[in-house]
Amino acid sequence: MPAKMQLTKGNEALAMGAIAGGCDCFFGYPITPQNEVPEVLSYEMPKRGRVFVQAESEVASINMVYGAAAAGKRAMTSSSSPGVSLMMEGLSYIACAELPCLIVNVMRGGPGLGSITPSQGDYFQACKGGGHGDYHSIVLAPWNVQEMYEFPALAFELADRYRCPAMILADGVLGAMMEPAIIADNAPPPTVPEKTWATNGRNGRAHKNVVNSLVIDPYGLRDHNLKLQAKYKKMQCETRWDTRDVDDAEILVVAYGISARLALSGCKLARKEGVKAGLLRPITLYPFPTEPIAECAANKKRVLVVELSAGQMVEDVRLAINGRVPVDFYGEMGGVIPSPVEICRKIVEAAQ
Amino acid sequence: MTTAMNQQDGTNRTPDTEQLVDLKCVFERPQALSDKPFHYCPGCSHGTYHRLIAEMIDEFGLLDRTVGICPVGCAVFAYEYFEVDMIEASHGRAPAVATGVKRSLPDRFVFTYQGDGDLASIGMGEIIHAAARGERITVFFVNNGIFGMTGGQMAPTSLLGQKTTTSVDGRDPRTTGHPIKVCELLSSLEGVAYLARVPLTSPKNINTCRKYMRKAIRAQTEDVGLGLVEVLSPCPVQWGMKPGDALHYIDETVVKAFPPGEFVDKLESPIKT
Repeated sequence: MPAKMQLTKGNEALAMGAIAGGCDCFFGYPITPQNEVPEVLSYEMPKRGRVFVQAESEVASINMVYGAAAAGKRAMTSSSSPGVSLMMEGLSYIACAELPCLIVNVMRGGPGLGSITPSQGDYFQACKGGGHGDYHSIVLAPWNVQEMYEFPALAFELADRYRCPAMILADGVLGAMMEPAIIADNAPPPTVPEKTWATNGRNGRAHKNVVNSLVIDPYGLRDHNLKLQAKYKKMQCETRWDTRDVDDAEILVVAYGISARLALSGCKLARKEGVKAGLLRPITLYPFPTEPIAECAANKKRVLVVELSAGQMVEDVRLAINGRVPVDFYGEMGGVIPSPVEICRKIVEAAQ
Repeated sequence: MTTAMNQQDGTNRTPDTEQLVDLKCVFERPQALSDKPFHYCPGCSHGTYHRLIAEMIDEFGLLDRTVGICPVGCAVFAYEYFEVDMIEASHGRAPAVATGVKRSLPDRFVFTYQGDGDLASIGMGEIIHAAARGERITVFFVNNGIFGMTGGQMAPTSLLGQKTTTSVDGRDPRTTGHPIKVCELLSSLEGVAYLARVPLTSPKNINTCRKYMRKAIRAQTEDVGLGLVEVLSPCPVQWGMKPGDALHYIDETVVKAFPPGEFVDKLESPIKT
């Protein structure tokens, strides 16, 4: 059946996108606001002969992902902020053992148990490591239901390419909102690279495979770290971003995810009030579009960063711009979502 | 070799080649065991248990389709000692990792190797739920009642009154609770197909262990449920005992808190091999 436009909820689109992206195994534990993801996969995966396991905790989920990824399968889990915090040890092991997999975080308000309302407070955790040690995951930030559907395939592809964890960093709005999206009913199976390193039983192989994150020799661990760092450097070419109305803009707004949707509306309102504003939206949060932001901001009067946080991504924007252009910040926390009118007001204030 | 030596020393003795041909190999390293020397302390039975596992992998013809999961603890390097695919798990999570492997590759033989800190302390949630789900995995559990690798701290399986580096006056149940009996605890779960405990203290007990291990493996290969064998193992270094005394201590004292025997056996006899 051909792909068709249909009204779809973000979390459901993400679940169907995982299937289209060739997810072999899903392991997850219930947490709001992402529950539709495991709910949909609990019946869609077995129908296709694929694995769905409701784990006893997020700690177990991420370690089941570790096992399935080590076995050479496309494995994923989905959770929300407190649950993702519980996965951080496992994620660090996965990064060190160089296992490709997908972790979805449909962010909610924090810290602590916080709320179940939307937030972008987990940027630091997602992009700066989160778990212990020097590592990175590839982090993708969708901004609409269409990308919720498309990004799992992209995440699996990038994870396999670099043998690293990939994370989709969405938020409660994207998970719960419904909008039209093109969903393929029978997407062709993706091409998955051969995983000769997988611990899937020797089956005639002359040597055994070992998946491990223990390197007890200091020089050995240093060398392994250098290898990981070289990989992170190489992965910079995967940086993705989008720009809207930036060429003639005097104010550059930088925002990702649902904040970028709101900010784009804010930019349009600002233009009606005579302030030329444009949007740069990072699509990959790691690798971060440092150069594109620096170039785009070079001829602007001011830069405004909008986030549903106390100001996390703004630090990377300031590092990118390096003091050449003033950077303002507007953030809301706790599940409070700014309106386009409020963002417009901040843009107009910045222009004055 | 004999022939060459005889030629060298110039004697006319006929080399007894027929006798050499007749010699039978009665003991050798199992194919599934690597030739790397064990790093374990003198008197520890991790090496014995490793060898028994390797023997079983050979006996069941599983070398080509086994994936083993090793713990954090003294056996953290277990992946060095087996000639099968191995995964090193984070502390206590081996049953979750094994679940991920087994669910994605149901025709493989998947085992975990876990100590009492790994399985009965930090990993209690994972083993209970893997057992409750009836994961088709085999768990080789080593209970020596102490955290060996980290320097002899109290374990959830330490005996009452046992002196450790975190219970210097002896384990006091009022403040640190009572030893956790894993086999008894898991025996109430329907997903468990086989559970047994045996002290690894004598050739006789080692043979009993082999018998139990066969059943724990069959629990998986015959698709019945989770199989687990708990061995009572000495830790002479952290117990502050001579190796021989540590074995006596198990047979005389430890077995009173942890009675050996089979707790669950849902296998149909006779053995299908």
